[in-house]
Amino acid sequence: MKLESNIPSGPIEQKWDKHRAEVKLVNPANKRKYRILVVGSGLAGASAAATLAELGYNVDCFTFHDSPRRAHSIAAQGGINAAKNYQNDGDSIFRLFYDTVKGGDFRAREANVYRLAQVSVNIIDQCVAQGVPFAREYGGYLTNRSFGGAQVSRTFYAKGQTGQQLLLGAYSALSRQIGAGTVTMHTRKEMMELVLVDGHARGIVTRDLVSGNVESWAGDAVILATGGYSNVFYLSTNAMACNVTSIWRAHKKGAGLANPCFTQIHPTSIPQHGEYQSKLTLMSESLRNDGRVWVPLKPNDNRAPHDIPESERDYYLERKYPSFGNLSPRDIASRAAKEVCDEGRGVGPGGRGVYLDFSAAINRLGEKTIAERYGNLFEMYERITGENPYNVPMRIYPAPHYTMGGLWVDYNLMSTIPGLHVLGEANFSDHGANRLGASALMQGLADGYFVIPYTIGHYLAGVKPGSITNEHPEFKKAVEDVKGRISTFLSINGKRTTSSFHRELGMLMWNNCGMARSESSLKEALQRIPEIREEFWNNVNVVGSATELNTALEHAGRVADFLEFAELMCIDALERDESCGGHFRTEHQTEDGEARRNDEDFCHSSVWEYSGDTSKPTLHKEQLTFENVKLATRSYK
Amino acid sequence: MKLSLKVWRQKNKEAEGQFKDYALSDISPDMSFLEMLDVLNEQLLAKGEEPVAFDHDCREGICGSCSMMINGKPHGPESMTTTCQLHMRKFKDGDNVIIEPWRASPFPVIRDLVVDRSAFDRIIQAGGFISVNTGNAQDGNTLPIPKPDADSAMDAAACIGCGACVAACKNASAMLFTAAKVSHLGYLPQGQPERQRRVLKMVEQMDGEGFGNCTNTYDCEAACPKGISVKNIARLNRDFLKASIFG
Repeated sequence: MKLESNIPSGPIEQKWDKHRAEVKLVNPANKRKYRILVVGSGLAGASAAATLAELGYNVDCFTFHDSPRRAHSIAAQGGINAAKNYQNDGDSIFRLFYDTVKGGDFRAREANVYRLAQVSVNIIDQCVAQGVPFAREYGGYLTNRSFGGAQVSRTFYAKGQTGQQLLLGAYSALSRQIGAGTVTMHTRKEMMELVLVDGHARGIVTRDLVSGNVESWAGDAVILATGGYSNVFYLSTNAMACNVTSIWRAHKKGAGLANPCFTQIHPTSIPQHGEYQSKLTLMSESLRNDGRVWVPLKPNDNRAPHDIPESERDYYLERKYPSFGNLSPRDIASRAAKEVCDEGRGVGPGGRGVYLDFSAAINRLGEKTIAERYGNLFEMYERITGENPYNVPMRIYPAPHYTMGGLWVDYNLMSTIPGLHVLGEANFSDHGANRLGASALMQGLADGYFVIPYTIGHYLAGVKPGSITNEHPEFKKAVEDVKGRISTFLSINGKRTTSSFHRELGMLMWNNCGMARSESSLKEALQRIPEIREEFWNNVNVVGSATELNTALEHAGRVADFLEFAELMCIDALERDESCGGHFRTEHQTEDGEARRNDEDFCHSSVWEYSGDTSKPTLHKEQLTFENVKLATRSYK
Repeated sequence: MKLSLKVWRQKNKEAEGQFKDYALSDISPDMSFLEMLDVLNEQLLAKGEEPVAFDHDCREGICGSCSMMINGKPHGPESMTTTCQLHMRKFKDGDNVIIEPWRASPFPVIRDLVVDRSAFDRIIQAGGFISVNTGNAQDGNTLPIPKPDADSAMDAAACIGCGACVAACKNASAMLFTAAKVSHLGYLPQGQPERQRRVLKMVEQMDGEGFGNCTNTYDCEAACPKGISVKNIARLNRDFLKASIFG
């Protein structure tokens, strides 16, 4: 496997312009001869599918949902960053770039991040033109809020539903193309396999979730925009159906998977409340603009929050990180919460929670202003917990939320498999070891609207359009493989449900490869995962048949892939013998408990190649160089 | 808590459906309604029976997937709440709970509680957008938009496309859904060039899908988990009339 990042030469400010001037183009009359398969219809997938169709390509877009509008991007709450500097507070493209590289703890590729910051401004313009109802001031101009890891106000938002509004914007652009017949939309079809012909990605195999039909689709290039794998932890803030299958299938066909151990644990989620819990609900990071995080000063203090006087409270983020305070980055805020709970100072059932208190902001601004800013989040909190956050501080705890790792891509967003492009959370590209808040929406839309439309032409210009159809033997073979796998699931007839395996794996991953990892916890996980997998293949029970809507069968396929992928995640976490961003190895910390990076040995992306044995992947390294941001210890103090 | 459930079971689109009774015990009041159904499904699977199929995904009340009639009400007894955000503390020990899919001919049942809502997508495809190609846009602050208009657009745009409005309506009308989009884009300066064409196209598609007419009962507004106002329907009617005369 060769890792050619294809980063253009020249000063960082000029790389993207230079690249756009140099990449090959497909002329307008030829574009209609090409067919592009887009898997996923979230921010990255929908924006890419719509834009490529506008350019004249034929696009087939696939989603396992009943409608492209259901993709999990819809659940993003707080906002989207852009270096507009509308607030006149010192923001710039360089500053957004700098904040993102530093926030990622120097484990991202500079050139990609700079481009992201550059196109961020175009995204806002595009979304406004589509009718996305961003929040505005009385003068009619766009307003901003602050997010973690930045000292400027650059986050655009639409109440607490920014992801929804941006996705509906991309969905409307996609719908326009579907109506025009340039995009063929395939709903309730789940990608089961990637098809390669002569080493190039030329198609996919899907299962229709209603009829059970297994079908294959050929194209001139394939785009995966299938999101992240936080559900490897079983409990996460991701939607129930989010899974690793498409990128794992691509990995097993030869695509390098980069930094799988880089997972983000979000500091503000509603704490778990019981065994039966099916998912965790996020409370937007934007709440930290006005909420103050605290725990009692003394351990095992069971008094109600109102009965604890100011002098006996520890506003630990403000104390430890005075310059960023409650807006410290996510990895740091999450670890700080874990630390105080480990000290016995956590609140709520089981002591796994900290307070997020709005009383100071309500006194300062009034309840009405707070309701305007966060009303829907407060309502959601009350519905779930039965407590009213206007009167009682919220209780929050960290939860798996986002995965920075993903398929390795070059500057053109192409994976190590020619023709296979990967966008959004599914790739590894821009966030390093920790993503800053409001940057996921930015990246998804940057990739889809403003990067892939330029870079895919560079690949397609070297491909003869329509040269492969799904009559090719590789397609028949892939279909047979998928059918074989499905019938295996149905024939095991064991005793345990797919959910019980998923839950067991998730608990193991959370305890051993979660917010804190150590050599011994990872080695233990690496021993357990193959055992769980072994039991799965001998003792899972999948009822029903292959030729109908069968939710147990759908889940079986996803859990089987998680059971393989989890092992790679732990191998990667064990190999990366340093702490950086969200990857916290307990062996590597400073005296005051901060992550200690090892730039000498680990200033690289770890890219794993499938070797035929999931337990023995081959490691490749892409060395990271920092020419524009000084490699330094991250400090938010 | 103990519960007696009556759940609609239907093998596929063609098959005849029927209610089946299930008894559950040890349900925690802190569970969400869907977690209660997860418990039921785990029990069915343990007995080798097929689980109850239902659409769900984000479980945060925003994706619009979940769609069930609970005791005759779309999304159940709590107002402004999707099924996934409904919690069992809203029920009493020993309650009977009847669970059905949306009932509307443009939303055919696919299996159990899962219905086909693609008609909604086709209404949007007919005109629920602003025709702006990527790259066309000018600076986002070029056109100031009065805050009240931006806020009203946001309120209308909050629709999650779940279909509760249709399920609640005795005519299975999709007016609230269609009006929310017409209104959202109609409040904004960017939406003006296509305003007349949009309303005509979307209403035509809506009628073509077999949704009924609005007879101003407002059950849709009462059932809407996002509180979309029927005022939007009035706006749609005004726009439609104008477009029909002048368009």
